[in-house]
Amino acid sequence: MGHWQAENARLAFPVLTWVLCESNLKETKMKKPVLLLSALLTSVWLSATSSAWAQSKEQFVPVLSYRTGPYAPNGTPWANGFVDYLKLVNTKGGINGVKIAYEECETGYDTARSVECYERLKSKNPSFVQTLSTGATFAITEKAPGDKIPVLTIGYGRSESSDGAVFKWNFPIAGTYWVAADTILQAIAKKEGGWDKLKGKKIALVYHDSPFGKEPIPLIQERSRNHGFELQLLPVTPPGVEQKATWLQVRQSKPDYVVLWGWGVMNSTAIKEAQATGYAREKMYGVWWAGAEPDVKDVAEGAKGYNAITIQHGAEPNSDIVKTMLTQIHGKGQGTGPKEEVGQVLYLRGVMSAMIGIEGIRSAQERFGKGKVMTGEQVRWGLENLNLTQAKLDALGFKGVMRPISTSCMDHMGAAWTRVHTWNGKAWEFTSDWMQADEQILKPLVKATADKYAAEKKLTRRTGQDCQS
Amino acid sequence: MGFFLETLLGGLMAGMLYSLVALGFVLIFKASGVFNFAQGAMVLFAALAMARFSEWLSASGVGSAWMVNVIAFAMAAVVMFAVAWLIERLVLRQLVNQEGTTLLMATLGITYFLEGLGQSLFGSDIYKIDIGMPKEPVMAFESVFEGGILINQEDLIAALIAAVLVAALSLFFQKTGTGRALRAVADDHQAAQSIGIPLNRIWVIVWCVAGVVALVAGMIWGSKLGVQFSLATVALRALPVVILGGLTSVPGAIIGGLIIGVGEKLSEVFLGPYVGGGIEIWFAYVLALLFLLVRPQGLFGEKIIDRV
Amino acid sequence: MFYRENGQFKTSYQADQQIFPIVQDRWFMLVLLLIAFIGVPWFATDYMFSAILIPFVIMAMAALGVNILVGYCGQISLGSGAFMAVGAYGAYNFFARVPGLPLIPTLILGGLCATVFGVLFGLPSLRVRGLYLAVATLAAQFFADWMFLRIKWFTLDTPSGSVSVSNLQVFGLPIESDVSKYLFCLILLCVVALLAKNLVRGAIGREWMAIRDMDVAAAVIGIRPMYAKLSAFAVSSFIIGMAGALWAFIYLGAWEPSAFSVDQSFRLLFMVIIGGMGSIMGGFLGAAFIVVLPIFLNQFLPVLASWLGMTMSTTVVSHAELMIFGALIVWFLIVEPHGLARLWAIGKQKMRVWPFPY
Repeated sequence: MGHWQAENARLAFPVLTWVLCESNLKETKMKKPVLLLSALLTSVWLSATSSAWAQSKEQFVPVLSYRTGPYAPNGTPWANGFVDYLKLVNTKGGINGVKIAYEECETGYDTARSVECYERLKSKNPSFVQTLSTGATFAITEKAPGDKIPVLTIGYGRSESSDGAVFKWNFPIAGTYWVAADTILQAIAKKEGGWDKLKGKKIALVYHDSPFGKEPIPLIQERSRNHGFELQLLPVTPPGVEQKATWLQVRQSKPDYVVLWGWGVMNSTAIKEAQATGYAREKMYGVWWAGAEPDVKDVAEGAKGYNAITIQHGAEPNSDIVKTMLTQIHGKGQGTGPKEEVGQVLYLRGVMSAMIGIEGIRSAQERFGKGKVMTGEQVRWGLENLNLTQAKLDALGFKGVMRPISTSCMDHMGAAWTRVHTWNGKAWEFTSDWMQADEQILKPLVKATADKYAAEKKLTRRTGQDCQS
Repeated sequence: MGFFLETLLGGLMAGMLYSLVALGFVLIFKASGVFNFAQGAMVLFAALAMARFSEWLSASGVGSAWMVNVIAFAMAAVVMFAVAWLIERLVLRQLVNQEGTTLLMATLGITYFLEGLGQSLFGSDIYKIDIGMPKEPVMAFESVFEGGILINQEDLIAALIAAVLVAALSLFFQKTGTGRALRAVADDHQAAQSIGIPLNRIWVIVWCVAGVVALVAGMIWGSKLGVQFSLATVALRALPVVILGGLTSVPGAIIGGLIIGVGEKLSEVFLGPYVGGGIEIWFAYVLALLFLLVRPQGLFGEKIIDRV
Repeated sequence: MFYRENGQFKTSYQADQQIFPIVQDRWFMLVLLLIAFIGVPWFATDYMFSAILIPFVIMAMAALGVNILVGYCGQISLGSGAFMAVGAYGAYNFFARVPGLPLIPTLILGGLCATVFGVLFGLPSLRVRGLYLAVATLAAQFFADWMFLRIKWFTLDTPSGSVSVSNLQVFGLPIESDVSKYLFCLILLCVVALLAKNLVRGAIGREWMAIRDMDVAAAVIGIRPMYAKLSAFAVSSFIIGMAGALWAFIYLGAWEPSAFSVDQSFRLLFMVIIGGMGSIMGGFLGAAFIVVLPIFLNQFLPVLASWLGMTMSTTVVSHAELMIFGALIVWFLIVEPHGLARLWAIGKQKMRVWPFPY
């Protein structure tokens, strides 16, 4: 469809509307609603058609975030961290001179709205898209290959998408849900004194009844078969406001450990109900989306002893990157959110997510031309050949916060490092060493699930030749 | 056996909490014939107001925590009165004599408006309401049953507050002049008007009372869960209570609440594991539906008389 | 003056009973169809298709279905989201389990699944009426929510419960591009609208309207309430189920049960009430209003803010959207409780007598 046709058509429509309005409708009662309706249609038309011609010399990054709705308390700090890091990159002159242009789009954690945001921002040549919602990830995974936009899902999304040979455009860098589940079980096993000590124990999974919550189940079931512990599945209907029945069941069955897999209000409610039914918070382990300040600060002392797994970083108020943020961004009044948030868990996750995306673009520039604007396809190559050594990470300000990430054609995850942190009533403290997910368990599961997806979609596994592009 | 009693008790108390929200529905329907879908949003709005006011008051250093809560409650009540007055003025007065579905949709519109307004005025973070509720559980009858029976103190106090509120409302309706006028309006609008009862003022009063009920419900639920957006979804949990008890009956809201609460918890704990869990929400609705099949107007509702 | 029916005489019953008996109406319809089938694909951008046109067409079909139940038969139902879900998952199961099943039979089978579900959950309408029925239909909504999350068989035992479809084609033509998706949905919508219009013009439609107006009197004159109410549920859920299957297959592509939550039910009810209950055109107008309004507000509010020299964050825009949406609904109900279709009818009447005021 040619641009000239559309350009003329754009103007024809409002003219037509004006003509229709001004003629014949002298009746005041009719005129108002009709005028309103035609103004509405015209504006939609103009704004919808104008977005297609945005040419820019800047690298565009869409920010799909949710700052309203039931998950806003968790989504807002993430978005603030993400945008703050993009601002930081711009203050340093961009990526080899190419500045970042970004636009936020409110999704409200709703899949249909996320898809609408994606479609709207698609025309601006986005470098990558971060969906921040498992539902939206599934939907956009279907569309992204056709649109040639890489989908960056740091710490969420489809666990099997770490298999880059099948999922060419998905990048669950730094960790997936199976990594989280595996390392939680490792931490529990360590506490018990070894995997063999888990035999005969009972572990309950209190999970958000959605694809997000159901993700870890295959892996935990695999482990329970191997090591002989009993798994009790307790789904919580979203948004998880009433959990009395769930925790009464926990009280009855007396599991040795509870793994909490929630998001949003479900987490704080779960901890409050745990307190109300007298279940020891020390025996609770949450996924990294259930281990942040909004989940525990309400409960404060009542959540003392609650553990959560982290995706590399935790709450790092003393790290270099946080200090840089406070001086360079918040110190100059450019901060997106409140200053107190800087250094908190979800804020840092947003920063880390933005950093990985930016480094992917930088890596793409190494091959395709420094100082040039990268297309989605080029950024995809960049994300697939990401080599963040410890030296590079330290230089960026992530010393002690992150460990090296190195992606490849076959492995789109790049790293599987986690730690456990515990809430001490006022702040999160690290209570374990670095752990890595067990490849023996993870690899076959990923391959099997990815193969199933490939068979369903009639895709063939990528091989050496395709990997070079 | 002990666990069954524990679940039963938990269900009864959860039911009382639902009836707090259901009371608001019943009050408004009784007096103005409007099914107020916005009750959930009103609970959220009231809770947000109280949470934020108490935050701002304690930040500006007003007396003890108790004083802060009382003043915040009063301020939030004033806000709810304003909301009630505005709704009556701007919406109800213009929609007099319209069909039930139109009024229902209007209240749905008010829901969206209040949700947006609440979040823009007070913020979309999680806020705390601290009215000094005990958070630790109490184990009773430890000698009789193994492990004792768990009693959630917070829920118990909430149930007591609900009972006191219902008693106060009953007194209000039976003993005061305004209460009598409300009952007259609920019975027959035209007859009430013909004897000189000002309909508009009565509706404002009813919505104000419903607003205060929403505030109490919001305070209690907010203290339990923290005040955030999902609080509005509590209304969807309270709807089966309303239809089971009957849309026009205050005791119905209580009895209905108890039945739904118990039904929900017992089904989730004892039936749930066989079907994988997560059944309590639809079970409550199916339970209410089954009761409706026997008594189509709810347990205590007014019989629907159709004249041809 | 523009709409005069003078001189248009009918010489046969068939001519008199056609859907568009007035010549101007027929011309208008023809022009509209030409614009919809030929004009729009020519001029619209990709974004307009994916964000406005395709959702509008699918939602118009769903609103049609809801209108039959709520507008023509008077049974308020808040379970429309569940019917969409059953249609979508039913069609998905047929699509995935029966290899080589063509798309249109898949959609029809999905609709039939929704019919069975709808009749089942419509049984309470025989005993329960009014607002009680509205809340009772929420049972269908929450049950469907749970069913598709818990019973793995429906989602083909995928670990996450999220399903997707791809490689859709009809009669050998692939439905990949936005234009083909739009045209496919539009053709189905036209067929369904025609069927619905003929149903409501016929005996069964009159039975529905009699039940809506005064069901006791209808029973007295011999209309069987059970047959009428259940047939309304059946037809309505079939259409809603097909619309749900289209929503899932064509618009979303990959979905999970929360795509058909209770918010969807409220949205559909809004479309019917705003568009006008008891009118086929009302479904279309309501769907257009509800689909376009959020997007319009989302685009327009920042523009408005920039005219006033302020920048609006997405949070503020989102909250303002909610508030304006709610306020507009209320305002609309105050100004015209019978909906947009009524405004349209008034407009036509004015066109008849112009330039005279009455």
